[in-house]
Amino acid sequence: MVDRLKNRLCRCYIFLIMLFLYAPILVLFASSFNDSKSRVSWGGFTFRWYAGVFSSRSIMKALYTTLALALLSALIATVIGVVGAIGITAMRQRNYQIVMAFTNIPMLNADIVTGITLMLWFVRFIPLGFMSVLLAHITFNIPYVILSVIPKLQQMNISMYEAARDLGANSVYAFFKIVLPQLFSGILSGFFMAFTISMDDFVVTYFTKGAGVNTLSTMIYGEMKKGIKPELYALSTLIFALVFIILLIVNRIGGKEEEGRTIRGRIGAGGNDSVREPD
Amino acid sequence: MKRRSILAGPYILWIIGFTVIPLFFLVKYALTDRNGLFTLENIFAMFEPVHLKALVFSTEVAVLCTAICIVLSYPLVLSLKRLGLDKQSFSLYMLILPMWINFILRLLAWQMILSNNGILNYFLTSIGLRPLAIANSRTAIMIGIVYDYLPYMVLAIYNAVAEINEDIIEAARDLGAGGFLVFFRIILPLSVPGLLSGIVMVFVPSMTSFVTANILGGGKEQLIGNVIEEEFMTTMNWNLGSGLSLILMVFVLISMTFTARNESYEKESKIW
Repeated sequence: MVDRLKNRLCRCYIFLIMLFLYAPILVLFASSFNDSKSRVSWGGFTFRWYAGVFSSRSIMKALYTTLALALLSALIATVIGVVGAIGITAMRQRNYQIVMAFTNIPMLNADIVTGITLMLWFVRFIPLGFMSVLLAHITFNIPYVILSVIPKLQQMNISMYEAARDLGANSVYAFFKIVLPQLFSGILSGFFMAFTISMDDFVVTYFTKGAGVNTLSTMIYGEMKKGIKPELYALSTLIFALVFIILLIVNRIGGKEEEGRTIRGRIGAGGNDSVREPD
Repeated sequence: MKRRSILAGPYILWIIGFTVIPLFFLVKYALTDRNGLFTLENIFAMFEPVHLKALVFSTEVAVLCTAICIVLSYPLVLSLKRLGLDKQSFSLYMLILPMWINFILRLLAWQMILSNNGILNYFLTSIGLRPLAIANSRTAIMIGIVYDYLPYMVLAIYNAVAEINEDIIEAARDLGAGGFLVFFRIILPLSVPGLLSGIVMVFVPSMTSFVTANILGGGKEQLIGNVIEEEFMTTMNWNLGSGLSLILMVFVLISMTFTARNESYEKESKIW
């Protein structure tokens, strides 16, 4: 009886937090179908903002810039980060710690400080624009890649690589056949984290972009005073729906894998670790 | 084995080029005036009443918001655990999904909810309550900040709680410990690493944000981030802005040093 009451209390609490997290998103959904440009009154149901998304050149351009930045910066950061992680884990303890301390700087530093320091430096040698924003995004992305690859490197069995070399594989072949597959999940999670953070960044972009370049974030911020184009609500609803569907699919696939892992974990008495393994 | 460390070369060059040198320029701007002469004025400017007020206000807001996030997160994590939802990655996805909507748009939505003739007041008056005047207030800023960073805290605490060996909790229960005792003697102490990394992830951005205060504070309340942003983008006094940023950075780093040794950042990857 008490247990059931407690369960109900838990459910209520989860519901309230979810309501808090999703309230603004529901508002944006509603706004994307609202046929009145004023943000507070309801003017009837419409799809015209959705049609407008793809015909607005400024929105399309900002979307393209945002995606290009996220993709390029995540890719470059992943390459530098993975190679770097392999290098620094081979370092002596003291050097390793020094490099890791510097790796933490962009993560611990406030976005505003990162943005400002990069801007102060960039204005000396390149015009502020797409290039400077890209360099900035790579800079704050690399630590995320490094930090998600290093645990995998530490778990990795180096003897397998050495065995491959002993059996005549050259180092490049052994790297692609032995090392890379073992690091793959870490690399993937680092890449996606970098991509997401780059997509959502506003502050660093704001300081390093200069005039002329706009990501979705900076465009929305610039339009704030004169009123947001309702097409942007429609676009964000579309993005949200897309991500949600992808998550559902991934969850379907991932869910099955996880079941397998749980069973294996139980058999091998691996306990928590094997169950908790992220995908 | 040692040859492998050469691979870190490009990364180390990147650190020097885009972390160390930019920081050097921040210090240089901070310690010079417009003519490039050495001065400490920009540093001491932090102690001018306007700036000091903003710094104190930011600290208050950051401490309060971090505390609120902690207080909200533990019951959520434990509720998920109790209902067995913590084993399903889907419930975690639901926590991070809102982050896929542009955060400025989300804040603008909060503006629509909290404004004087907004959704919240519409709801309150329709059930016969008095409307609230939280638009453009400290409360509005804090709601926005808590909203922005709550998921980080939840995930950090979630990861730490998930690491706790279930047997310990069961043992405590078997020995007669009640819910409160289990929480304060076992769950809380054992989740400290996650709690600390959650504090870093929430405290630093809430201390330094300027967008949230701009949108939800209506420009009336200034956080230190707003002051710095103005110096760079409106007043164009980069030296003063750099001085204030430097102080802010040192201030944040000092208040975070107790977690610097913490390795729990690496656990962050678990959300993926």
